[in-house]
Amino acid sequence: MTLALNGEEIGKKLAEAFPAAVVSSDKLNVLVDSKHLQPVAEYLKNTSGLEFDYLTFVTATDYLDYLEIVYRLVSLKNNHSLILKTRCHTRDNPVVPTVVNTWRAAYYQEREIFDLLGIRFEGHPDMRRLLLWEGFQGHPLRRDYL
Amino acid sequence: MPIKTEPFYLNIGPQHPSTHGVFRLRVALDGEVVVGVEPIIGYLHRGIEKLAETRTYTQTIPFTDRLDYLSSMTNNLAYCLAVEKLGGLKVPERAEYIRVIFSEIMRISSHMMAVGFFLNDLGAMMTPVLYMWREREKIMDMFEMVCGQRLLYNYMRIGGVSQNLPDDFMPAVKKFLAEMPKYIDEYDQLLAQNEILLARSKGVGILSKDTAIGIGASGPVLRASGVKWDIRKMDPYSIYERFDFEVPTGDTGDCYDRYWVRMLEIRQSVRILEQAIAQIPEKGAVCADVPQFFRPPRGEAYGYLEGPKGNIGFYIVSDGSIAPYRLHIYPPTLINITALSDMVIGWKVADLIIIFGSIDVVLGEIDR
Repeated sequence: MTLALNGEEIGKKLAEAFPAAVVSSDKLNVLVDSKHLQPVAEYLKNTSGLEFDYLTFVTATDYLDYLEIVYRLVSLKNNHSLILKTRCHTRDNPVVPTVVNTWRAAYYQEREIFDLLGIRFEGHPDMRRLLLWEGFQGHPLRRDYL
Repeated sequence: MPIKTEPFYLNIGPQHPSTHGVFRLRVALDGEVVVGVEPIIGYLHRGIEKLAETRTYTQTIPFTDRLDYLSSMTNNLAYCLAVEKLGGLKVPERAEYIRVIFSEIMRISSHMMAVGFFLNDLGAMMTPVLYMWREREKIMDMFEMVCGQRLLYNYMRIGGVSQNLPDDFMPAVKKFLAEMPKYIDEYDQLLAQNEILLARSKGVGILSKDTAIGIGASGPVLRASGVKWDIRKMDPYSIYERFDFEVPTGDTGDCYDRYWVRMLEIRQSVRILEQAIAQIPEKGAVCADVPQFFRPPRGEAYGYLEGPKGNIGFYIVSDGSIAPYRLHIYPPTLINITALSDMVIGWKVADLIIIFGSIDVVLGEIDR
C-alpha cells in the first residue's frame, strides 16, 4: 500500500526547516506559502526518509476567493505519498514559482494550468498555452468563465 | 572547420498515419538527423473537465470512455474509484471480480494494439496488426456481449457495474483464455527474435531510469526503464491483492524493452484472468445501492489505477452537490511524452517514428 503520510507531521518537519513556509496542515495535506515553494520542494525531494522523487499530478482549482494548486508527491523508494498545496489570492495575473527544476513531470502540467486556469508559473522555461490556441481569450476552467 | 547550416523544420502531422491521431510534431532536422522536437497538441481538446462540472456524477462516465478510447474500461473504473473514495462506497464482491476481469481483458486488447501499431511504424505494414486484431476481435465480441458496445463501453457504474454477465460470457472467456497462450507464443515466434525488429529497436530511443522517474513516466514506459512500479502491486485497488502475478521490467529502456514488457504483461494478464474466473462468486449483486443523483460529501479525492498505458487518475473536488466542483484528469500518455526530446535527439527521422510509436499514445487522452 502506498502510505499517505500524515500532513501534520510533515508540516511540523517543514516548519522546523523553513519557519515561515507552512500556512496550515491537517491529516491529509500541507499548505505552504507560495514564496517558499521551491525550497520546500527541494527539501521534500532530497531529505532522507521523505525522498519524494516522483511527482504524479499537478492541478489547480478555482475557489473564487483564491486559486489552489495541488501537487501529489510519491516516493518510489519508500512507497509513500503526500498532498502539497499552495494558494494564490489574486485573480488578475496570479503567479506561483515553478517546480519544473525539481520535478520535470510538472513541465506540461504547469503549461496546462496556465492555459486553463491562467496561473503563471515563474521560472518555467516555456510558459505558453498547451491545449487551446494562442489568441484564445480567457481561461475556461475558472468558475466565472461561463 | 565544419560549416554550420540552418536546421530544416519539418511538420509531422497533425494528419499523418504515424502520429496515431491528430498530433503534430515540429521536428528540427540537420540532414536526416533530429536535432530538436516540439510536440504541439490540443487538436482533439473537447473540454471534458469543464463539461463534467455541469453534469451529474454518473453522466460523466461516458466522457471517460472518450479519453483513451482503446482502454475505455479502465478509464471508467478509475473515475468510479475516485467517486467511490469520495463517497465512501463499498462495492459488492461479484462486481469487484467483474471489474478485474474487464480491466485485464482491456489491458490485453490495448497492448495488442500498441504492439501491432508499433510494428506498423517499423514498416511491417498491417500484417502484425491483423494478427493482433484476430484476437482483439474476440475481446470486442465479449464486450459487446456484456454491454452492447465494441469500443466505448460505459459499463462501470459508481458502486459496481451496470449489468450482470450474460450466460454465454463465461464459456467465451474460458475459451479465449485457453487459446491465448498459444497465440502469444505465435507472436513471439514471429516477432521476438525477428532480425529486422531487433536491428531497428534494440538500443534505439533509450529512456534512462532517472529520466523516467523524473518526468513521472508510468506504465510500460516506466517499467521498460527498469523501475519495478505497478500500482496493482504497490498500492492495490479493487481486489488486486488477491491475485498472484509478476511485474515484468526491462533493462535498458529502449524501444525493444517497451515492446517486450508489453508482451510479458499480456501473459501476466492472462494469469490474473485465470485466477479471477476461478474465484468469482456465482451469484450476488453487481452494483451497490447508489441514488441516481449521487451527492458525495464535501471534500476531495484522487482515484487512480494502473491502466494499460500508465497510471491514469481522476482528482475530484466535491461541494456536496450533484455535480463535481472540479474534475481533473491525469493523463499518463501526456506525461510519458515529456521526455520525447531526450529520446529522439540524435536519431534519424525513421527512428523518431518508432520511438514515438513505442510510447503508445492516444490523443483522446492527451488532449482530453
